[in-house]
Amino acid sequence: MFPYLLAAILLISLSGFYLGRKQASNLRSQTKLHSLPQYHGYFIALWCGIPTILLILLWTALEPILLGSLIRSHLESQSGGLTPTDYVIMTEEVRNLAAGVALGTQDPLILETAEWMRSLQQSSQWSMVVVTILLAMLIMAFTRSKVAPGFKARHGVELLFNGFLFISSTIAILTTIGIVLSLIFETFRFFELVPITEFLFGLKWYPQIAIRADQVAGDGAWGAIPVFSGTLLISFVAMIVAGPIGLMSAIYFSEYASPKMRGWTKPILEILAGIPTVVYGFFAALTLAPLVRDGGIAIGLDVEARSALAAGLVMGVMIIPFISSLSDDVINAVPQTLRDGSYAMGATKSETIRQVIIPAALPGIVGAFLLAISRAIGETMIVAMAAGLNANLTANPLENVTTVTVQIVVALIGDQEFDDPKTLSAFALGLVLFVVTLILNVVALAIVKKYREKYD
Amino acid sequence: MSQKKNNGSLVTKINSSDVRVFYDQTEALHGVNLEIYENSVTALIGPSGCGKSTFLRCINRMNDVIEGCRITGKITLDNEDIYDKGLDVVQLREKVGMVFQKPNPFPKSIYDNIAYGPQIHGLAQNRQEMDEIVENSLKKAGLFEEVKDRLNSPGTGLSGGQQQRLCIARAIAVNPEVILMDEPCSALDPIATAKIEELIHELRQNYTIVIVTHSMQQAARVSQRTAFFHMGDLVEVGDTDDIFVRPEDKRTQDYITGRFG
Ligand SMILES: Nc1ncnc2c1ncn2[C@@H]1O[C@H](COP(=O)(O)OP(=O)(O)O)[C@@H](O)[C@H]1O
Ligand SMILES: [Mg+2]
Repeated sequence: MFPYLLAAILLISLSGFYLGRKQASNLRSQTKLHSLPQYHGYFIALWCGIPTILLILLWTALEPILLGSLIRSHLESQSGGLTPTDYVIMTEEVRNLAAGVALGTQDPLILETAEWMRSLQQSSQWSMVVVTILLAMLIMAFTRSKVAPGFKARHGVELLFNGFLFISSTIAILTTIGIVLSLIFETFRFFELVPITEFLFGLKWYPQIAIRADQVAGDGAWGAIPVFSGTLLISFVAMIVAGPIGLMSAIYFSEYASPKMRGWTKPILEILAGIPTVVYGFFAALTLAPLVRDGGIAIGLDVEARSALAAGLVMGVMIIPFISSLSDDVINAVPQTLRDGSYAMGATKSETIRQVIIPAALPGIVGAFLLAISRAIGETMIVAMAAGLNANLTANPLENVTTVTVQIVVALIGDQEFDDPKTLSAFALGLVLFVVTLILNVVALAIVKKYREKYD
Repeated sequence: MSQKKNNGSLVTKINSSDVRVFYDQTEALHGVNLEIYENSVTALIGPSGCGKSTFLRCINRMNDVIEGCRITGKITLDNEDIYDKGLDVVQLREKVGMVFQKPNPFPKSIYDNIAYGPQIHGLAQNRQEMDEIVENSLKKAGLFEEVKDRLNSPGTGLSGGQQQRLCIARAIAVNPEVILMDEPCSALDPIATAKIEELIHELRQNYTIVIVTHSMQQAARVSQRTAFFHMGDLVEVGDTDDIFVRPEDKRTQDYITGRFG
């Protein structure tokens, strides 16, 4: 039903376009029009299409809700004395039956109500068809009557288009605000259960608490410091790898590589950025972590099977292209006149790079590093697979640590209820993570922007 | 081309013979023969795109940096071929400094901008010697009084004219014999321009200066000799007074009287 109706509306809009354009062209042969004929066409088509389609969407969204409450009050009036949960279950059964899912229910009340619901749905659907098509036709008739030499159809179309773009951007902004608000709201609920001081300053993180009475588990401890220190440790290892390599390769690409060389090596580096992080993750867990362990043992070091080092190394490889392409942009933005000035003083290429280009590009490079760090901090898949689960407060990269993102994953899988601190802790961790990366991004972008302005 | 004789007492510092420059396949200079005399200012003039900058960049081999640029012919500095295989460009550029069209101070302090060259060429043994070099260079460039209290603030914070004098001081700091200037005043206001022109006058005592300029008044004011380029050819060269008063070639005449350019 739905696709046919949509097609019908589109057809009406389309014919509205042609009719309006034709009508306006006819007028145009006699007088001068304010708007070109096609604008009259667009005006009619958009007004026929958009409100009706919105109505269809609204109808489709509201129908189940209205029918649901109708059914429920019907059930309540027909059978007394049941708990609210029973009614919810019964309504669900009716809904399923009406949708054609046989559940083998014999209850005559439910069977009868389902039948009733089906007929209600049918009439609702048909009335939707009739109403919307009528509406589209009416609008078409009305808007066609407005086609006149002085009618400002172009302005109308612009206005509609503006409105459309405005609504799209509003949706994007509202969802962002919604997500942040829910994050904040749930975090407050967490802090009702766990003191904020314990979360921010506590040194122990044991989220394993008993959900059911028969489970054996600890009482839980919610000190987030070891979790954040794990994130910092792994990000630090990653930056040790990615910082120098990314920067050096950026320098190579922008200053040394011939255009031909650059033409085929840069895309290869950019492929690195396109590898899904889950692939990096199992590479870290299955290939690199054992290697690091064996290597460590061979030289007499005690390396754990899941070490911060292994996860950090792979994360570093992941962010190399990020650092290198951002730094490359920044280095390329250093004006050629500075290079010329340095060469003309008799400086060699490497002297010029070290003493002129890098200092000139430094703010931008710092910005690139900050963006890369915020990327590393928020990275989930690699650490979920390659880092550990124990919140271990250590600075030793050979040990097992966990990260904020891993703990969020852990909190939200498996047995969970929405009001226990384990689940809610995910929101608190997420909020802190969000704030940290937000600050990093804002600072980094501000630095990069200022740097760009300097050389424009 | 006519090469008018000079007044006799001058020594040839730079001599170019049949210099041709190619950018990829296009020939931008068609065989330039030009003598440049010691301790004098030689102005290169001509309509834009005629190859003035190209020729200037040949003298300190800055064209080496440009991809696809090729040069034939011979240029000597004190009778030594500067395109000789055994010659080190780093040493050449120590002797031949350059000042660019747009002031391009390095993103460093005023002090470090000047110290850059001496440090690269190892001209100072210790901090004290470096301080002296910096101070002397700034004095010679007529900038010292204006910046002596803020040697550690960034060079990019100076005004355009000060930046250009900083760039001249930077070039002087390595004790060059020749200073090349490519339209050094084209980005400056008249007052800053006057200061630079005055400076060029003073520098002439100790350095050989080659200056590209699009302003004929400037050429007349600062130079002793003028070379007129047109479409990759050196059309005419001679004493500045002669060139402006009695140009021999029709094209020079047209340019000077403002008929084209
Ligand atoms: N880097 C370059 N690549 C290719 N062609 C160039 C380059 N620099 C200059 N040219 C060409 O060489 C000719 C002379 O240029 P230039 O020496 O800059 O002239 P001028 O300084 O007299 O205005 C021009 O035709 C210009 O297009
Ligand atoms: Mg030029």
